[in-house]
Amino acid sequence: MKNYLFEIKEGLLISLKAIRANKVRSVLTTLGIIIGVWAVVTMSTAIKGIDISFQEGVSSLGSDNLYIDKWSWFNNDIPWWELRNRKNLTMEEFRKYKEAAKLPLAVAPTMGTRQTIKYEENSVDFLIILGTNADYIKTTNLDFSDGRFFNELESAGSRNVIVLGSEIAKKLFPRGDAVDNYIKIKGRKLKVVGVLKEQGSWVMGDFNPDNQAFIPIGFLFKYFTRENWGTITINVRAPNSQSIEAVKEEAIGIMRRVRGLKYDEINDFSVNQQEGLLGEIDKSVGVIQVAGFFITGLSLFVGAIGIMNIMFVSVKERTKEIGIRKAIGAKKRTILGQFISESAIICLLGGFIGLLFAMLTALIINQFLPTVIQADSVILAIVISLLTGVFSGLAPAYTAAKMDPVDALRYE
Amino acid sequence: MNINIINIERVAKIYQVGSEEVHALADVSLKINENEYVAIMGPSGSGKSTLMNILGCLDTPTRGLYEFTGVSVSNMSDNELAEIRNKKIGFVFQTFNLLPRSDALHNVELPLIYAGMPNAKRKERARLALEKVGLADRVDHKPNELSGGQRQRVAIARALVTDPAIILADEPTGNLDTKTGEDIMTLFAELNKQGNTIILVTHEEYIAKHAERIIRIRDGLIESDTRISGRIIPNGDSMLAP
Repeated sequence: MKNYLFEIKEGLLISLKAIRANKVRSVLTTLGIIIGVWAVVTMSTAIKGIDISFQEGVSSLGSDNLYIDKWSWFNNDIPWWELRNRKNLTMEEFRKYKEAAKLPLAVAPTMGTRQTIKYEENSVDFLIILGTNADYIKTTNLDFSDGRFFNELESAGSRNVIVLGSEIAKKLFPRGDAVDNYIKIKGRKLKVVGVLKEQGSWVMGDFNPDNQAFIPIGFLFKYFTRENWGTITINVRAPNSQSIEAVKEEAIGIMRRVRGLKYDEINDFSVNQQEGLLGEIDKSVGVIQVAGFFITGLSLFVGAIGIMNIMFVSVKERTKEIGIRKAIGAKKRTILGQFISESAIICLLGGFIGLLFAMLTALIINQFLPTVIQADSVILAIVISLLTGVFSGLAPAYTAAKMDPVDALRYE
Repeated sequence: MNINIINIERVAKIYQVGSEEVHALADVSLKINENEYVAIMGPSGSGKSTLMNILGCLDTPTRGLYEFTGVSVSNMSDNELAEIRNKKIGFVFQTFNLLPRSDALHNVELPLIYAGMPNAKRKERARLALEKVGLADRVDHKPNELSGGQRQRVAIARALVTDPAIILADEPTGNLDTKTGEDIMTLFAELNKQGNTIILVTHEEYIAKHAERIIRIRDGLIESDTRISGRIIPNGDSMLAP
């Protein structure tokens, strides 16, 4: 046993010497593995980031929320034309629902429109302006970096006030002096009363509150769209996640009554839930994951083939050296061990360099996605590079080990 | 007194080239004792290289018996042969065959590494061997920083370091100029005087005459095996440490 350890130690030292002696070749050999490990670790880091980002984005909307809507988010059982033929939800229905509902913490109607918003020279095109009422803020987890949400009075009076998402505020007011200034939409002046804190989740795109603005729904109906041109969505916040099912049952009951549906008629509205959204996200992250690992796995495999190739060349080129080593007493397993550990060390070095690059890349990714390199992907990188090294060194090392010393010595 | 080191009886080496059998060695019997200084001579194609490979345990005979230090090696496995080469045979080659990117010390140390000797002890031994061939001040030089004669002396140090039963030198002066070659032959003569058994393979009459016995090979057979009367005592500069 002690002898065996000694041989491993000496084999590693010999390999290290050989690697140092052939620096350029060793570096070229590692390139494949550097790129492979870099890709794998960056990939898993990015996927993790996307995942976290989705979760954060969703929870910024409020995880105990229900959305009573004409449209169904995920239900694929109902054909889209049937969804289209449903009646729009109206403010009248919202008022009836609000009156009847006992369980929700807060309810608010919303309707969106896309408009261009301007302040002096700056403008943001085609952003989502959400019309709602003062209760809306209670249905979300949104915080303010400056100012406040519009109040009961302002929303009931359909006043010209607006709350900006952080991105919009940044674009319109680079100096951060949004509150109390007036912006213009379609020639109408609106006073900024609040700016939301950054949510920082780009994956939600336009639906990220960062890229939205909020105004009283009455003002929206008056100047930008008409109530009967579209449907409203009723945001419903349950007191907690345990009560969400009860809130949903109640909502379905009230809405059926409000709409006068008979017992044998199906619902002509949907009650949407974040849970469905999370499920969808998991599905798409899963697909990205599989595709990502397939592609990066491929690049690692190509790297491994490259290493095997170079190891074969190296063995051929060092035939004479192998002959010398055999002549002075190296056994088959010594030569085998030397070349396998050479390839393993080279790959391990490559793995570490790849990891280093991946860490730098992660710093860049971190600008867009909330993520850091996970311990498991570090271990993964090391194990993968070690295995790749052993795997791709095996055949070349065997070729070297079984060389005939007489032929090898004669090789020029 | 006359301890036998090499005893080969009716050894043949046959290569299959296409459908033809080539008898590189046809039928060779030979004994070499301890502390002998033997030259093996023959033109190229005579089978002297084949004989050297077999004597050096780099190759095994097709048939016949080979006893090395009293042990039959004719049927040994590759690994057993490697161990014999490592512990009991010191090779000196025409082209030196040093590892080009390792320094002199590591080159000399290598057989001891394969023998499993601990680091400190083998460094000490390697240094001593280099000192013995007059290269104490060149231990950290790489082969390309050394002259031909110095390289060959590193190779001789490598051959000596394991304290082998024989030193097998294959045209050791073939790549050296006359003066340097003479120095190397002086070194061999002194090593022989100190009790080492030396087998010299050469095709040069003059070099062969440094030995005390010449075995001539032709067409895979021993043509003659004679003790030398007019042996050359080399007059090169001695560099063997006393």
